[in-house]
Amino acid sequence: MSRRRTMRRAATAVALLLLCAPAAYAAERSQKAEIAHDGQEFDEVERGLYLATVGDCAACHTVPGEKPYAGGRAIDTPFGTLLAPNLTPDRATGIGAWSDDDFVSAVQDGRGHGGQRLYPAMPYPYFTKMSRADVLALRAYLGALEPVHNAVRANQLPFPFDIRASMIGWNWLFFTPGRFVPVIGKSDEWNRGAYLVEGPGHCGACHTEKNFLGGDETSRALQGGAIQGWYSPNLTGDPRRGLGGWSVDEVVEYLKTGHNRTGAATGPMSEVIADSTSHLTDEDLKAIAVYLKDRPAPQSAPTPVAASDPAMRVGAAIYVDECQACHRAAGTGVANLFPAMKDNPVVQSADPTTLIRVLLHGTQNVATDAAPTGASMPAFGWKLTDAQAAAVLTYIRNSWGNAAPAVSAGDVGNGRQQRLSEGVP
Amino acid sequence: MTQKLPATDAVIIGLGWTGSIMAEALTRAGLNVVAIERGPWRDTATDFPTTYAQDELRYHIRHDLFLRPAQETMTFRNNAGQTALPIRTWGSFMPPNGVGGGGVHWNAETWRFLPSDFQLRSHLTQRYGAKFLPADMTIQDWGVTYDDLEPHYDKFEYLCGTSGKAGNIKGANQEGGNPYEGARTRDYPTPPQKQPYGPSLFADAARSMGYKPFPQPSGNLSQAYTNWLGVTLGPCTYCGFCEWFGCGNYSKASPQTTLLPVLVRRPNFEARTRCEVVQINLDKSRKRATGVTYVDVNGKSWEQPAGLVLLCAFQLFNVHLLLHSGIGAPYDPQTGTGVIGRNYSYQVTSSVNAFFDNQNFNPFISSGAIGMCIDDYNGDNFDHGPHGFVGGGYMGAVQTNGRPILTTPTPKGTPSWGAAWKKAAAEHYLSTYQFVTHGSCYSYRDAYLDLDPTYTDRLGRKLLRITFDFHENELKMSQYITDRLADIVQKLQPRTMEKNPRKGPYTTTIYQTTHTCGGAVMGSDPKTSAVNRYLQSWDVSNLFVPGASAFPQNAGYNPTDTVCALAFWAADALVNQYLKSPGPLVQA
Repeated sequence: MSRRRTMRRAATAVALLLLCAPAAYAAERSQKAEIAHDGQEFDEVERGLYLATVGDCAACHTVPGEKPYAGGRAIDTPFGTLLAPNLTPDRATGIGAWSDDDFVSAVQDGRGHGGQRLYPAMPYPYFTKMSRADVLALRAYLGALEPVHNAVRANQLPFPFDIRASMIGWNWLFFTPGRFVPVIGKSDEWNRGAYLVEGPGHCGACHTEKNFLGGDETSRALQGGAIQGWYSPNLTGDPRRGLGGWSVDEVVEYLKTGHNRTGAATGPMSEVIADSTSHLTDEDLKAIAVYLKDRPAPQSAPTPVAASDPAMRVGAAIYVDECQACHRAAGTGVANLFPAMKDNPVVQSADPTTLIRVLLHGTQNVATDAAPTGASMPAFGWKLTDAQAAAVLTYIRNSWGNAAPAVSAGDVGNGRQQRLSEGVP
Repeated sequence: MTQKLPATDAVIIGLGWTGSIMAEALTRAGLNVVAIERGPWRDTATDFPTTYAQDELRYHIRHDLFLRPAQETMTFRNNAGQTALPIRTWGSFMPPNGVGGGGVHWNAETWRFLPSDFQLRSHLTQRYGAKFLPADMTIQDWGVTYDDLEPHYDKFEYLCGTSGKAGNIKGANQEGGNPYEGARTRDYPTPPQKQPYGPSLFADAARSMGYKPFPQPSGNLSQAYTNWLGVTLGPCTYCGFCEWFGCGNYSKASPQTTLLPVLVRRPNFEARTRCEVVQINLDKSRKRATGVTYVDVNGKSWEQPAGLVLLCAFQLFNVHLLLHSGIGAPYDPQTGTGVIGRNYSYQVTSSVNAFFDNQNFNPFISSGAIGMCIDDYNGDNFDHGPHGFVGGGYMGAVQTNGRPILTTPTPKGTPSWGAAWKKAAAEHYLSTYQFVTHGSCYSYRDAYLDLDPTYTDRLGRKLLRITFDFHENELKMSQYITDRLADIVQKLQPRTMEKNPRKGPYTTTIYQTTHTCGGAVMGSDPKTSAVNRYLQSWDVSNLFVPGASAFPQNAGYNPTDTVCALAFWAADALVNQYLKSPGPLVQA
């Protein structure tokens, strides 16, 4: 690196320090701790393991059944396929030869070893909120893993997305670097929840809608988003479509076991529950719940479709024949087994993608140690026409006090055409 | 060419009820367990989802869930004077296939046997004298008592969430339950299922005659239930597609709905499906099993060495594999010596069909195990002195199904097809009720299993041969209890009534029940039993053989509760005695 460039970066750093005083303060504290840092401390490795669990890093960086964090798992993006890199300490193909700064830069700023730009499939726009100490703990944990020699050519994107330099522009548009700053006036618990959700937990990666370039629609943060043929529900305090109808304890129960009074996790959230949230401490889950429930709900209240609507009448008849045996006449379901329809945020989600998919193709609920049943919904796509499926979905979205826009036969038809991503439950 | 695999701690042959129970206990104890299952993996939403679980043609007529005779069958004859022929279409019993075994397609009638059933020969001899029993009747005591098994019955019922009403809690009579049952430590985990009209009428009539009707204990649950493994079952919807069918609603107790969700999460458990064990291997001493040899779906042969072998297949196939592996002395009916194949028994069922005017029973509102029963004529609950037979059965109004193809009762004399049949079927569907008895079947010197001299299976092994017929004692019993049932039905004033007591000879072509029993029976004497009171082989101490094959004779109840209580009992002995000190748990 030339002397001029070094000088320029130093100047930038000073400017950043002046602009971001609280973050700089935190950074200074963590750098002091780093004087004795060799990544061998038991406490630090354990904390790194916990943070890797919070971030569910294995979801991308471990191929199921293969060596942990050896990379190679395909990540489908709207722009093409990426393969997650090898994070083991192998010097040739992993991150063994990286310096601490390389690693911190990759996690916080999306710039890997040698300054290479990462694609934001690696959720550095969230991880940038993580403290340096936490990022180094993560590295300490990864450094303790068995080195695996596995060369991964991460970039499988088609032209022009395969040009990593294009991320410079993307970052300029959509990436706001900076550590998490506690909100004064909110409780420690709320701030801990905010840190976990906005930082390592990167909930918005799925639950925030993306623009056409894959950047977050920040004005609609955590209000739900499309992901791999599913729709990740609204996580705000919205009483109908979000978490407003669930108590803090019910959110905790859901994250811990995958199930609660109304809900059962399925689809990509199954993996999040099984590999991540079910292993977190009750205190952290509670903090997450407190923070999410405090997120302001969007201001719109759907009016229910009238029971006299022809689709509702058809839907009611289909519900009795096909659904009621498990989901019960009053839409209450069976706890830990069959999700409730009544008061279920997924059922009333603004976007019915998940509902259509589950009805047409079936799905399996997550199984956890606390709730091991893992019951499945059978596929109905072969049995119901588009119009019938639309009618019964409209019915469940607008019965027992539920309210959500009607589902059209065209919506169902689109869902039928959807390619089911490989490897997604 | 057989390829040898790395050894495991325990190998389980067959992943039905007993295999799953054993696998749970052994994996919990920390053992590495490999279960080898001849049939496919079976999963509720994939194999019998609510969207088509109620397909009578597929599951009942075409036997979707059952073993294919082309894969394995057995030959049958009524007596040693006949030449046995292969069974090419299942009839009187339905051998299960695939993960979950018979637990997938049972009706879930979850009965305990009576305390006296376990000490049958001593009990009957003491009460009536040895001469009261037919000379060729080979009934014997089990080597375990009801009290031994009580905690294990309890464990199975609380695994399943069984719906019922206790009649006897710790010796105290409970109004509304079965007054004849052995003492239980606590009530059923869930209340009885709701009773339809027919069972309610039967109960009223029985009560008016001084009997004590009670709800049949049911593994189709009255309400949602989470068992001691944390697995949740749903409430039954009374669809009436239980026996012969898998339950799409997660409401019938089965390995799938109670045990397998936990087992598949254990890293020390592995299941190999579509793999058929062809032999249990022994060392040179022939006192120790070294593992099993199995054939996979490609026809490739594998040896799986194991420290423990658990033979958990269906009753008939347990006996078949013991005979093939040369474990224990084969039974010889001429001399009455040998134990493998000895005391084969069955179940003696009968019915009373009643045709009513102006009654509507809505037979389609049903579950495999709802119903109101009386137990006054079961086992030795009544004095047999005047009757000249032993045994008995429960009886009652058990509304298992109103399925459209086969449950269309018509009076005798109705043509079996055409316009007249259609008219009669339509007339009688709602207003006809079939009341049933479920009787005991005791064992005899001439009822046994051995290897057929002529017919072989697809792997070249000799088929199992069944030699069996009903005996006069059983036919008298059936006549007597069917008459008593008819007395109660008469109270309901049907227009006409048809009594169908069981008649001989036994035939494998007409469905009766799948309750084949015996052939590797348990007991206290190695001369008359294949396994000891812990279901451990007398000959090979690291081999255990759970299942109805251990029944020395069959009682007047459905066997599953007892089969599974015995499996828990054996698993408890394995974990708490055998693993601490391997070797024979009972000295011969």
